[in-house]
Amino acid sequence: MGKTISEKILSVKSGSDARAGDIVISPVDLVFVQDTTGPLTIRQFKSGNKQTLASPQRTALFIDHASPSPNRSLSNDHIFMREFAAATGCLLFDAGSGVCHQVVAEQLVRPGDVIVGADSHTVTAGALGAFATGMGSSDVAVAMSLGKTWFRVPETIGIEVSGKFSRGVGAKDLVLHLIGMIGADGATYKALEFMGSAVDAMPVWQRLTVSNMAIEAGAKVGLFSSDHVTKKYLEGQGRGREYKPIAADGDAVYERMIKVAADKLEPTVAMPHAVENTATARSLINIRVDQVFIGTCTNGRLEDMAETAAMLKKKKVHAGVRLILCPASKKIYTESISAGYIQAIVEAGGIILPPGCAGCLGLHQGALGDKEVCLSTANRNFKGRMGNPEGDIYLASTATAAASALTGRITDPREVL
Amino acid sequence: MEHGTLRGKAFKFGDGISTDLIIAGKYAHLRSNLPELAKHAMEDANPEFVKLVKPGDFIVAGSNFGLGSSREHAPLVIKMAGVSAILAKSFARIFFRNAINQGVPALICQTDGIAEGDNLEINLEEGIIRNVTKNESYSFTKIPPTMLSILNEGGLIHYVNRHGDLKL
Repeated sequence: MGKTISEKILSVKSGSDARAGDIVISPVDLVFVQDTTGPLTIRQFKSGNKQTLASPQRTALFIDHASPSPNRSLSNDHIFMREFAAATGCLLFDAGSGVCHQVVAEQLVRPGDVIVGADSHTVTAGALGAFATGMGSSDVAVAMSLGKTWFRVPETIGIEVSGKFSRGVGAKDLVLHLIGMIGADGATYKALEFMGSAVDAMPVWQRLTVSNMAIEAGAKVGLFSSDHVTKKYLEGQGRGREYKPIAADGDAVYERMIKVAADKLEPTVAMPHAVENTATARSLINIRVDQVFIGTCTNGRLEDMAETAAMLKKKKVHAGVRLILCPASKKIYTESISAGYIQAIVEAGGIILPPGCAGCLGLHQGALGDKEVCLSTANRNFKGRMGNPEGDIYLASTATAAASALTGRITDPREVL
Repeated sequence: MEHGTLRGKAFKFGDGISTDLIIAGKYAHLRSNLPELAKHAMEDANPEFVKLVKPGDFIVAGSNFGLGSSREHAPLVIKMAGVSAILAKSFARIFFRNAINQGVPALICQTDGIAEGDNLEINLEEGIIRNVTKNESYSFTKIPPTMLSILNEGGLIHYVNRHGDLKL
């Protein structure tokens, strides 16, 4: 009987014949925390008997959620993290480096790795064929010290995407549509595995968007095969030697298969206050927006900056709309400057934030006022997420967000393309 | 750690209670000051919760409790508020694991029959929830053996300290 990608990776790592439902202990190849979960993780680590890192060069601390810090207590948390990094010799990505998941994709993930991070969007690295999942501070502290963790091997839901995306439609619309279809708990405890012609053709930056949001359906991992697209991406980073092909067996057993026709997808939006609460962008033309936020580990990549710049070039952001952009990493930021994207966006009226999580989780840089509406390219629109339970958050693709910034209302990007 | 019989009142919540409703991201600056952070537990779901909850009380919710963030502060502030167990129709994966790792029983059961303020008694060993107010009993899904051993040791760090390793 064949194996899914999850079963294959966990079999190799645990040295056993891992099948869905089994409990395995697996070594971890990379463990990381960020600045809102890191301090508790470090305290949990320090309350353990073993106070040395299993692998300092594969343990990373990221200062990205409050970057740079907006207040004294978070600044002190950052000091605490820097001191821990200096004392243990682990990797530190300080303020300005970028969002952990983007930096992991650019520098650290290797296909076939088992990765645990104290951040739910650790699933992002599944785009490169890594079994990557988010955990809490205690689990991550134990993984840091012992170099291993336990997993229940997940059942897998196969997502087969056929055909081609039409103009103005892409990976974000696909994943929002999927979550709308199966629900916010449609994949709880399960793995999602993406396949089909549209997936094979999908570049890594789009795969990262899809894997990133697997958690919004409750999934443990959101996995893509490691293939020629992955190889090219790693080569582009000077990491071609870290490539290895990973794919499910042809006779792998899936709990169920979901088929999606890419051609039929439309620009899709998640409405307040749940990601599963989806509608087409064109049905929401009456929704006025106060703020448009383009960035985060979901859609803050170079291609998102390029698309925004192309749509805004020689135009002006609608009066009364705040357009906020945040490149997800320093690399994306510098490349966006070189390519002229930043110039075009700022001239059109956009505000550029330093690489990091920005206003996504509501602790600074774009908190909403009462009754304000934000259209965001992030991954969560929970009540209170952007700092105010009296604010409304809609989620959409970069194309929909940029189009809406021009019109001041939620706009199907095909209207302005 | 033996939990014995837990006694308290039910605080009812609906479906899809996110980690932002449990403890909002805007309070990230209080995460290294847990007593202050815990004053905001469940704030955006029920602003009166922290004022009304008494040691031993229960959170009783619908499906997919704790969806969203990996912040272990979520079960931690619930524990610090005095809650002795969380009952829900289902839990989000990371929250479930975090609750057990913090030594907080997260019990999967049918919760429709329980109303706000009902007096409950829960015996973890017997697997029975008694609704004293309604004179009814409910069973809950057994906690998987791996997680029960972590819960019984008072959480993951205590478990690893005691056993010196992660052995299942």
